[in-house]
Amino acid sequence: MPHAPDPIIRDPIARLGGAVKRYGQLTALDGADLQLQRGELLALLGPNGAGKTTAIALLLGLIRADAGTVELFGQDPQRIEARRRIGVMLQNAELPPTLRVGELLRLTASYYPAPRTLAETAELAGVSDLLKRPYAKLSGGQQRRVQFALALCGRPELLFLDEPTVGMDIEARQKLWAAIRQLLAEGCSVLLTTHYLEEAEALADRVCVMTHGRMIHEGTVEELRARVALKRIRCLSALSVDTVRSWPEVNEVRRENERLHITATEAEVVVRRLLAADLHLRELEVQRAGLAEAFTELTRDADEVSDTDQREAA
Amino acid sequence: METVMSVNESIAPVMPRSRVIGAYLEEARSECLRYMRAPGFMLPIMLFPAMFYLLFGVLMAKSEGADAARYLLASYGVFGVMSPGLFGFGVSLALERDGGLLTFKRALPMPPGAYLLGKMLMAMVAAGVVILLLLTMAVSLGHVTLNPLQAGALLLTGMLGVLPFCALGMFVGTLIKGQGAPGMLQLIYLPMSFMSGLWMPLPMLPKFLQQIAPIWPSYHLDMVAMAAVGLNKEAILTHVLVLLGFAVGFLLLAARRLRRNG
Repeated sequence: MPHAPDPIIRDPIARLGGAVKRYGQLTALDGADLQLQRGELLALLGPNGAGKTTAIALLLGLIRADAGTVELFGQDPQRIEARRRIGVMLQNAELPPTLRVGELLRLTASYYPAPRTLAETAELAGVSDLLKRPYAKLSGGQQRRVQFALALCGRPELLFLDEPTVGMDIEARQKLWAAIRQLLAEGCSVLLTTHYLEEAEALADRVCVMTHGRMIHEGTVEELRARVALKRIRCLSALSVDTVRSWPEVNEVRRENERLHITATEAEVVVRRLLAADLHLRELEVQRAGLAEAFTELTRDADEVSDTDQREAA
Repeated sequence: METVMSVNESIAPVMPRSRVIGAYLEEARSECLRYMRAPGFMLPIMLFPAMFYLLFGVLMAKSEGADAARYLLASYGVFGVMSPGLFGFGVSLALERDGGLLTFKRALPMPPGAYLLGKMLMAMVAAGVVILLLLTMAVSLGHVTLNPLQAGALLLTGMLGVLPFCALGMFVGTLIKGQGAPGMLQLIYLPMSFMSGLWMPLPMLPKFLQQIAPIWPSYHLDMVAMAAVGLNKEAILTHVLVLLGFAVGFLLLAARRLRRNG
């Protein structure tokens, strides 16, 4: 098998290279590139239909790419040897309802060469008190925790977590995040897809944003935020929307319940002008745009580009 | 100083053969456990043939003597064996394709075929339970006399005879997802049972149905079961081969569909 000649660059443990997947007329993946390095947590973000699920399905060997390369530990993911090194938590898998949690864990652990002990798995995933319970009798959040336990029971080197905290309350989510951090500290790598941007913010070393079957951004959470340099300013002020809008530094202004919402690149300049123009201004807040804004901005740009493409094509 | 190692060369864990075998056993064990615990699955499978046999084989056949009870033991045995194959295999596959369990299992490093082998074994166990139930009723209530060899042969016929129906159920399970499968399988199960002479002896059916009976696998299994209880003295090799061909044919068809469509 040919290797990258440069020894300094580590081989990624999971890789998509120009992967294309079509379902009839629909192109789910349109030349997607993705590299996951050992020990990192990469969050895959994107709106519904962006191709995240297809990308994961390729890396798990569930489907074959029409073009491009797909590798898991340098191998075809359809090879069982590659999959013995991964753990999987899918978005919707209805597990056998009459089996007890302990039995499910025992079964899944049997697929792996050197799994964790039942007690260790249960402790890590926080399901020690559920082992004797039939799966069907658990709450939605408890079922998700069991699925997480199944993902980590084989002592995987790479964990695929597809929307792991959907249906969990805040406390359960925090616990799961703590467990994920612990696994990362042990050297496990994670590929996470999530709708919750704060989840990516809390956990990810790198984020990869997809739309229309392509990766449109890859970098750290900070880099993604920096792509959108906007700040948000909010205050109670008597100034009219039109006045503020006329200032050149202001990108956008609207009024909601007496409160002015301003977005601007250089917040300091705008704040100075605001304070000078309205002596009675109260409750001033300045915030940097979060990942959510950055994400919306990015995907909207991509949508516009693709719309233009389509118009040009038409 | 950093040692950089390609992941391709890094030590991939080796799965010892004993653990691979262990995984097959765990899969089969779980599959059996989960269905034995599901009364919605086990009760109809056991009660229908038992009820029919009690009614037609024991109560109504009293006047006809023990031979009628013996005859119906074989045919209701076949009727009873078909359902764990068709429903245990077909319905569960259809539901699990729909519910995402099959996808999850395919993503996991489950050894190839463990899923299907597990279901097969579960169907064989369920078929064995059905035959034992009918045997008990036949001997205690129907006054059928069977030597241990005959009883053993019938049990074996049932446990192996479920396999062609597993293959058929599996094929239907790959065609239809989710809740549509049970209805479809009923449409196969009930008419096929009737037309193979499992409810009424074939000679009592219209000529046309008698002529086409060899199309149905249940007809051939019935012939083997008759031989097992000592009512069919003819050679059964042809019937066994037809059943085998039927099983392999549908298994291949189903496997192809599963590989293509998941």
